[in-house]
Amino acid sequence: MERDDCYEYSLDHIHGEEEGKKIVSWFNKVILILTAITIFELFLGFQVPKTSEHWWMVKLAFLVLTILKAAFIVLEFMHLRDEKMQLRLIILIPYMSFIAYLVYICLNESTSMFDTNVLLGHF
Amino acid sequence: MAGHSTATKENWSGGTSPFGISYGKMMMWFFLISDALTFGGLLTAYGFMRHKHADVWPKAEDVFTHFPFYEGHIKLAYVGFMTFVLIVSSYTMVRAVEAGHRLNKKGVLIWMFFTIIGGLIFVGSQAWEWYHFIEGTEAGVWKNVIENGQVVHKLVHGANLHYNEYGDTPLFADFFFFITGFHGFHVFSGVVINFIIFLNVLKGTYDKTGHYEMVEKSGLYWHFVDLVWVFVFTFFYLL
Repeated sequence: MERDDCYEYSLDHIHGEEEGKKIVSWFNKVILILTAITIFELFLGFQVPKTSEHWWMVKLAFLVLTILKAAFIVLEFMHLRDEKMQLRLIILIPYMSFIAYLVYICLNESTSMFDTNVLLGHF
Repeated sequence: MAGHSTATKENWSGGTSPFGISYGKMMMWFFLISDALTFGGLLTAYGFMRHKHADVWPKAEDVFTHFPFYEGHIKLAYVGFMTFVLIVSSYTMVRAVEAGHRLNKKGVLIWMFFTIIGGLIFVGSQAWEWYHFIEGTEAGVWKNVIENGQVVHKLVHGANLHYNEYGDTPLFADFFFFITGFHGFHVFSGVVINFIIFLNVLKGTYDKTGHYEMVEKSGLYWHFVDLVWVFVFTFFYLL
């Protein structure tokens, strides 16, 4: 059967044993980094109580580390780093700008609703 | 610069994929973006309600403290284990994709098998955690709850959609059930998809097509599930 659909791009990433070893050793590093970040997060969560005055720093650290982990997963495991720049941009830019906007609006709004609740009681 | 612009023009003048990517992978990315928007919306809604009811919101680390075969309470331990399992299964999936790039059928089979096992462990762990969340503590907590339009003072065990013993808002359990349930269903369907692809590899379907791109596509979905869990883990359990 003659095929003309998916062949041309599907074969792009096929590589030999030598290159495979290099790629695998890089993935080994990535999984070590991801595990280390997770253990560090658990350690922080375990050690610092939420009532601590330094909790805001821990919170910030959690956010930064989470985004770092997400970046490793998307860029390395999902191979987005190997795709063309244009594809990377159309996937990441609209999504991230929309979510950043949504999070900003919602958290702003909910904080002010919380303040109103404190002033006037729940209604 | 001139060379760059002609290359771009050639890319976009038809007959080729401007992004240098096959149709199936492109559509998987589009699906993942829309799915990511759904999860982004859900998690933002969770953040909204949590901030609005910050005074009555329970601490998740005090709720999910159970560990199998251990009577006492350790915070964050089991969910840490679940996160580890999912990240490792993501790693085994990426190894399956890499083996596919070397057209190594045996490698694909082995690594996909480990991925499926990891996914099953995760789904099982989630079911176990839901069970303990719904059952609650033996002692329970006395609470004023609304039943059939009446305020009733009763002993509350665990959580359901109307009330829970952990905090003074049902929203905590509602969001927990909805978001982890939605994610758990993604994991479940990911396991099913991976299993079907596994059977196809076993049958030699991709020997006939000459490439293992289908493994790559199901891999994209599987990594996405892992990605969502990274965020759920942070926002539900850590923060």
